[in-house]
Amino acid sequence: MVREITLGQYMPGKSLIHKLDARTKIVLLIAYIVFIFLCKNFISLLIMSLFSLLVIFMTKISFMKYLKSLRMILFVIILTGVLNVFYGSGDVLWQWWELKITTGGLINAAFVIVRISMLMMVSSVLTYTTSPTDLTDGLERLMKPLTVFHVKVHEIAMMMTIALRFIPVLLEETDKIMNAQKARGADMESGNIIQRVKALVPVLIPLFVSAFRRAGDLATAMECRCYNGGKNRTRMKVLHFSLKDLGALISCIVIFSSVIVSNMLFAAVI
Amino acid sequence: MSVIKAENIKLVYGAGTSFEKTALDDVSFEIEKGEFVGIIGHTGSGKSTLVQLLNGLLKPTEGKIYLNGKDIWENPKKIRNVRFKVGMVFQYPEYQLFEETVYKDIAFGPKNMGLEDDEIDEKVRQAAVFTGIREDQLDCSPFELSGGEKRRAAIAGVIAMDPEVLILDEPTAGLDPLGREALLSKIADYHKVRKNTVILVSHSMEDIARISDRILVMSKGKRIMLDTAQNVFSKGDELEKTGLRVPQITRIMMLLKEKGVNVDTSVLTVEKGFHEIMNILSQK
Repeated sequence: MVREITLGQYMPGKSLIHKLDARTKIVLLIAYIVFIFLCKNFISLLIMSLFSLLVIFMTKISFMKYLKSLRMILFVIILTGVLNVFYGSGDVLWQWWELKITTGGLINAAFVIVRISMLMMVSSVLTYTTSPTDLTDGLERLMKPLTVFHVKVHEIAMMMTIALRFIPVLLEETDKIMNAQKARGADMESGNIIQRVKALVPVLIPLFVSAFRRAGDLATAMECRCYNGGKNRTRMKVLHFSLKDLGALISCIVIFSSVIVSNMLFAAVI
Repeated sequence: MSVIKAENIKLVYGAGTSFEKTALDDVSFEIEKGEFVGIIGHTGSGKSTLVQLLNGLLKPTEGKIYLNGKDIWENPKKIRNVRFKVGMVFQYPEYQLFEETVYKDIAFGPKNMGLEDDEIDEKVRQAAVFTGIREDQLDCSPFELSGGEKRRAAIAGVIAMDPEVLILDEPTAGLDPLGREALLSKIADYHKVRKNTVILVSHSMEDIARISDRILVMSKGKRIMLDTAQNVFSKGDELEKTGLRVPQITRIMMLLKEKGVNVDTSVLTVEKGFHEIMNILSQK
């Protein structure tokens, strides 16, 4: 059933990572992505990997969930890994026609696989431990400086919040409409690709109609409550930069600088 | 032979996950051909789930459902045929309209059945007559109709499949009293003319009491009663335990009786109640 798909993968919890300010988490994730690609040798990669695992452990969410997030991009990981094996310099270990496996290629592949997996898992830390509303709130605050360039930051954030809010509603609606059309004999499980796409028309049209109706209703409801954009608007949950966030920031700075130091001390392998 | 027979059905949603919920628990009943059965129950009592099982949109976790004596899940690939025989009108069916014209929308079901064009035409026009859709409205876009008309057009889309059993899930929800009245009498007419089995799900006692032969009372996923309207509403206390009430007019009669007025408490409709009270008054 469609309803069982979980979107917006927030898993409520009380861990230290959950309690961090959304802004801290977003900024640190971006920095993390930069630094995992700055790793030039095994020592720095090891530092980053151990750090990632520590953070994952601290979220107190089952490691299986993180592995599941990897499953979605498993194909990408394997494909880039395999491609990298054949691109690289160094001693030739095996050769057939134009294809060569080199030590450099193997190292490249190992780096790419570790980097992508860590990237995916640590990004999941953000989505698993931050509620969608906190996330959009955090983004709004972080993008605030852009208002100078007349970017409608609040409006963008509001649209994101509403979109996220309505995903489950629309999924449920889809489910209902599908059932109603199935009850009239619509066949959505068999046939070739063209027939299947055609079979979606009786579902998509009512879905669009109802999405527009909902959007209209919501706009009216918002106007009735005098919503007029972000100016002077207060929040129910005020984002709060606490000591914990400062701690997280400092420890990340330490870890990230150690990556740079190890890059300078040890020979680069990539 | 009964047209629909449910045998010890159990349905568990999300089995094996933390959201596991038993929606139906050991429900059995039989419905005879041509009967008009009302299903009542509080919100979340499992009545909507139950009717979705009857036309194979949901599969019971345990138990069997028979249509004309045959297990509907005997051949899962043929489940579509069951859906043609057990027509189902969902809550707020107007949200399923999608075609360019009302005519095409009503014809969607018969077309899926693989009928010939002239046969489809006949069924569409008959269904339109039953639901009070005018000839000239058939060529309109369904989105041009009023709310009540949309609903009737959607119901026509199911009636056009000429199902042996017609299930309506809260068909009057959200309609004004006049619309309610009109729709219910259309359904009653349909039942009288076609002599098909009709199952009406509602939580309006008044609606159900007036047109049902028998009433199935559901509560918390269990069958509480299945009996004639008279018998069901005579057990007012038991009904109240499940969060349901007898029709208002019956309640008035019961209160009058308590006050010592000798009235018949099995009255279920306002008209009958009116006559009953007038009788008493004229005797004095």
